[in-house]
Amino acid sequence: MSTFVMPSLGADMESAVLMEWKIKEGDRVEKGQVIAEVETSKGVIEIEVFEEGTVDKILVKEETECTVGTPLAIIRTDNETLEEEMPTQTLQHLDEKRPHTDATIDIPVSESSERVKASPAARRKAKELGIDLFSLAATTGEVHLSHVESAAPAEPVEQKTQVSGMRQAIARAMSRSNSEIPHYYLTTSINMTPALHWLEEMNAKRSIKDRILPAALLIRAVVLSLKAVPELNGFWENDAPNIKTQINAGIAIALRKEGLITPALLNAESMNLDETMHSLDDLISRTRAGKLRNTEITQQTITITNLGDLGVESVYGVIYPPQLALIGLGRIINVPWAEGDALCVRKVMQATLAGDHRATDGRTGAKFLEKLNDLLQHPEELL
Amino acid sequence: MTQEQIKAAIIEQILFIAPDIEEANIIPDKNIQRSLEIDSFDFLKILTALNEVTGVEVPESDYSKVDTLEHMCEYFMKRVKD
Repeated sequence: MSTFVMPSLGADMESAVLMEWKIKEGDRVEKGQVIAEVETSKGVIEIEVFEEGTVDKILVKEETECTVGTPLAIIRTDNETLEEEMPTQTLQHLDEKRPHTDATIDIPVSESSERVKASPAARRKAKELGIDLFSLAATTGEVHLSHVESAAPAEPVEQKTQVSGMRQAIARAMSRSNSEIPHYYLTTSINMTPALHWLEEMNAKRSIKDRILPAALLIRAVVLSLKAVPELNGFWENDAPNIKTQINAGIAIALRKEGLITPALLNAESMNLDETMHSLDDLISRTRAGKLRNTEITQQTITITNLGDLGVESVYGVIYPPQLALIGLGRIINVPWAEGDALCVRKVMQATLAGDHRATDGRTGAKFLEKLNDLLQHPEELL
Repeated sequence: MTQEQIKAAIIEQILFIAPDIEEANIIPDKNIQRSLEIDSFDFLKILTALNEVTGVEVPESDYSKVDTLEHMCEYFMKRVKD
């Protein structure tokens, strides 16, 4: 028997609302299968199971808020038999840890067609703000917390000090980073004219659906450079670097309303350029729609932030612990550029590396930036 | 397609991609990407969707001709076959 518990979706998360079960008792589950959806401050996250087996018992009803570690379901793994009994002690233990249900939430008893599908967090917030869930549901369908928040009237000035859950989470992680990680920064100017020219020519031959955006090309270049300089990819754990060969590139994605999430492009090292573009597009869409998986928000091995769209020229980022580095890519701008004896105008991007000095030195960082620059001068290698 | 239909189709796609935008905030002569905070991925999605509706494919070299709602309407109007 194994107990499936509410996973921690980031060090900052204390609880989440179990929104929907994707399985029922008696169902077989495969490793990596999405079995539930939970709502957190980062949106709705799909939760995967990490072993094969059969769902023996579901312990928590939908729309219940559960703290991290709360047992949600019992999974019987394949080498166990039906008759096997669960130790009584464990059961008692489970009972003690049963999640609390917020008494103020109206969980409808009967399912009627008029019932508004809304998460408890959304219901509570709507009640607090006096927002009519029915009219909101008419436009949004299922109502999530973010819908209610965006439907809320502009907050009066005196409430401005109230900080969103996501802001608090970012605050905690960044404070921890700056107090624990001795950062070093390296920057280099990269001539992007050859890569952009190459991309334009390629896109001109492609249909609109198959076009590659510069962001995908840049991520592909960063991932290939990390393959060459793997020391920057991984975690700082137990006072030592733990280098990973799998590259789960955390991509900083701005949410349209407020805040930022850096979900992982999982196994980016195994993708070619087209696959990188396709996966990135999918990841951005799902991030904005609030449809990420737990592995995507917990297993980043490095972060890439591209503030290009916001128009700044360089980004000196704060490393997300326990990661070892962060790559900042600035806006591509026209600058005077010397080539041989001639002065010309080129499209140039500032690439910045923030490294954890406990794990690597400037020499490693410089090797990485050199490789990145080199690849972008030979974009055909990025296919 | 009439000019009105094209304009309606463009607005519909913008609102679909960026549901938090109010139609009133789409100013005809303002840069769509900058004024509405639409990134390159979302912009490509809008053009891809419009390609499906109108049959017109905007090459990257023409992006400067579809930067505002007004320009985009003109661009598609000239090229769309009814």
